[in-house]
Amino acid sequence: MRPAGLLLAVALALGLLAPPPAGAQPAAPASPAPGVAPTTAPGAPPAGAKVPVSEETVHEVAAQLRCVVCQSLSVADSPSEIAHQMKDIIRERLAAGESPEQVRAYFVEKYGTWILLAPPREGFNLLVWVVPFVGLGLGLVLIFVVLRRWSRRPTAPPGVDRIDPAMRARIRREMAEDEG
Amino acid sequence: MTGPSRLLRWLIPLTVVPVLALLAYGFRTDPREIPSPLVGKPASPFTLTAFDGTSLSLEALRGRVVVLNFWASWCYPACYEEAPSLERAWKAYKDRGVMMVGVNYQDKEEPARRFLSQFGHSFPNAPDQGSRVSVDYGVYGVPETYFIDRKGRVRFKQVGPVSDELLREQIERLLAEAA
Repeated sequence: MRPAGLLLAVALALGLLAPPPAGAQPAAPASPAPGVAPTTAPGAPPAGAKVPVSEETVHEVAAQLRCVVCQSLSVADSPSEIAHQMKDIIRERLAAGESPEQVRAYFVEKYGTWILLAPPREGFNLLVWVVPFVGLGLGLVLIFVVLRRWSRRPTAPPGVDRIDPAMRARIRREMAEDEG
Repeated sequence: MTGPSRLLRWLIPLTVVPVLALLAYGFRTDPREIPSPLVGKPASPFTLTAFDGTSLSLEALRGRVVVLNFWASWCYPACYEEAPSLERAWKAYKDRGVMMVGVNYQDKEEPARRFLSQFGHSFPNAPDQGSRVSVDYGVYGVPETYFIDRKGRVRFKQVGPVSDELLREQIERLLAEAA
């Protein structure tokens, strides 16, 4: 029972420490309003004033968007043509004066939240954000409970001879025969 | 010895049941099915210059049912399969208030023109410079076809090749609606 219990506790702890699903990359840079679904996304970039755009901002937005023709690559990381063009669109929209959130909202409006590498923290998606931490906590509690239980129980109850007296007599007898 | 076994008796269902529930949910959804958020919304306006030099804009097509098809010459076999159906639907419906527009996605001009002449497409087709229109329509890959009603709203999106039946069904449905 003991090794099984230990195995279970370790397996639980390891399993719960496993990285979150690919979709939930915590590495995605946190922005002021993560995963807010757009209600008023712009249909077209506002015409007029050109705003200087830093490549860093373009990269920051591109890193949050999923490359549409790739498996688990962001627009920032993908070398594909469409990813380049999506980066051009990001740059253009930022230059037209949109905020990074507005640019992201534009892509969400067109592709749905599918386009976001990190799922928005709402509804069913909350599971992937919460479950790993809940699991980690439960695993730690479990390990603590099991360890405390083991350390409380003495290894062998004192004063109890666990070998059957008949067996003991037989061993003695056979050893004596060997020596003789 | 009753301690750990009592713990196990609870732990096993406690771990197994949620995992099974999650799997039951996950395996019944199709990971390839991506619902378009655009269905039911006004179609994004576009202005394109067709291969033959004419100008195409969605604004000018208001009041007509529009079939907007995204394709590429490298998209084999799906785009090649649907091409004859598109041309047949165009011939059948062009005089009944239907406009068909082909948008050439991520392609080179020469193979694109060869594709058009191979299938003898007589409806306007235009290259999408910088994929602006494709991204505006949330295109993941080709072929994809959008059906836009007379009021300019996206009503249906087909991912993958269209058939004669699907074209007829969607076009007839939108034609039956009042302008």
